[in-house]
Amino acid sequence: MAPPRPVLPEPPPRLWRNPDPKRHYEVVIVGSGGHGLATAYYLARNHGIRDVAVLERGWLAGGNMARNTTIIRSNYLFDESAALYNHALNLWEQLPAELEYDFLFSQRGVLNLAHTEQEVRDSRRRVFANQLNGVDAEWVEPAEIAQLCPILNVSSDTRYPVLGATLQRRGGIAKHDHVAWAFARRADELGVDLIQGCEVTGFETDGDRVTGVQTSLGPIGAGKVALAAAGRTTLLTDTLGLRLPLQSHPLQALVSELLEPVHPCVIMSNHVHVYCSQAHKGELVLGAGIDAYNGYGQRGSVHVIERQMAAALELFPIFARAHVIRTWAGTVDVTPDASPIIGATPFENLFLNCGWGTGGFKATPGVGWVYAHTIATGRPHPLNEPYGLDRFATGALIDEHGAAAVAH
Amino acid sequence: MLLIHCPWCGDRDETEFHYGGQAHVDYPENTADVDDVAWSEYLFVRDNPRGLFHERWTHTAGCRRWFNVVRDTTTNEMHPETAGKVAP
Ligand SMILES: Cc1cc2nc3c(=O)[nH]c(=O)nc-3n(C[C@H](O)[C@H](O)[C@H](O)COP(=O)(O)OP(=O)(O)OC[C@H]3O[C@@H](n4cnc5c(N)ncnc54)[C@H](O)[C@@H]3O)c2cc1C
Ligand SMILES: [Zn+2]
Repeated sequence: MAPPRPVLPEPPPRLWRNPDPKRHYEVVIVGSGGHGLATAYYLARNHGIRDVAVLERGWLAGGNMARNTTIIRSNYLFDESAALYNHALNLWEQLPAELEYDFLFSQRGVLNLAHTEQEVRDSRRRVFANQLNGVDAEWVEPAEIAQLCPILNVSSDTRYPVLGATLQRRGGIAKHDHVAWAFARRADELGVDLIQGCEVTGFETDGDRVTGVQTSLGPIGAGKVALAAAGRTTLLTDTLGLRLPLQSHPLQALVSELLEPVHPCVIMSNHVHVYCSQAHKGELVLGAGIDAYNGYGQRGSVHVIERQMAAALELFPIFARAHVIRTWAGTVDVTPDASPIIGATPFENLFLNCGWGTGGFKATPGVGWVYAHTIATGRPHPLNEPYGLDRFATGALIDEHGAAAVAH
Repeated sequence: MLLIHCPWCGDRDETEFHYGGQAHVDYPENTADVDDVAWSEYLFVRDNPRGLFHERWTHTAGCRRWFNVVRDTTTNEMHPETAGKVAP
């Protein structure tokens, strides 16, 4: 008998106020995605800074936060990445209790498949690296994969047979909208003003200091300004003549109709490039890589969808009759080394959090924590120190392209 | 899927092409004098406009030649650079 389908948590009766903006705040955060909201929460909780506004051009968490495929893992290759994402994963585990909000964090396990001999070597190397970094990781053979995910086709007569996989048992998914609402509610309770329908269009400056932001609701003064605007970051920094190594691309996802629980874990495949899990309600959630070209249109090309569905069908023959219900895209900001930029700018009191590309949801609490530290103290937290803008000039890149178990 | 106009082959599906990013990014002159910051700018920093963008495509599955277009990054409308469309 199929296990009962989990019921989505009811949002609490009161989520947040909708205040008018004040004329000045100690800290103004631009963008109320998960990152902006988590940063506001930790500014208040960890640093006692409550005179904070989060300004959002659309509606709260309606950007990439509402559009991602919700996969959470920390099995990155490099030390810097493993440390940051694992910090996030540790926080994810305690957050439902801390925020008193069940956002259905489900540690159902993430399998990253290997389809070629080279991928087998790379994957095993990543497992060893993870283990050295205290990140839970295992290498599993096809027979065990078949037990973990019975609907996956592990036969050897496919075009790209499954030769093995890495398994992170602590990885999984969470209900993304509810994550945002959980942070928003607590930040609001701590005194943070969450202001929707307020687009930041530029900055007020005094020499190399930023003194506030210009918005669609008028100017708002700020002691410090912290960007968390994802794919639209360069539209803002361009107004300061600050040029960033970022390109904004469409990234798509799609869901099927609701199905009985059939897919017990998360499967990612870099080589045939599809990833898939089953949402709590029952949709199959599928994603792939970015569209090649730059774009702000929040839509991508249909051949990307076609390719990912072909790959999914080869891996999961059982999906053949599932209907696609919805496709959509976000605008993600991609850096040359596929790692984010978190830290200072040449403007003394302007801070950056951007470049998360296709993978920033999993970092939400972790980046909120270190970004709040950076803003509050004016110095990077040890975990985000390697992620400064200067790495593109020093050459100390954190080159996760391809190394991070999925293309960015 | 985009319908892209190759100047030599005509209108073809996007899947025949490969994207080459921003156009007119020249290799630095006097490379011995270029400092780390300028190298990093050349290697890693490109314009990222919302609106018109000069960019390169190559017709990989056709004539294999490179060409430039001006594309609107919000609507994907593409024009030859010679059509008088110029990014601000
Ligand atoms: C299809 C898709 C699938 C993904 N899958 C995953 C996944 O499985 N796992 C994972 O870890 N990550 C995933 N991601 C990536 C993840 O969604 C992002 O990295 C993450 O949401 C970034 O967080 P954010 O808060 O910075 O961005 P956002 O949620 O996009 O927040 C930025 C906010 O800033 C606002 N904003 C922008 N400009 C302005 C302005 N000028 N004034 C005011 N407000 C402004 C926007 O409206 C937006 O709400 C996926 C992304 C997409 C699009
Ligand atoms: Zn051609």
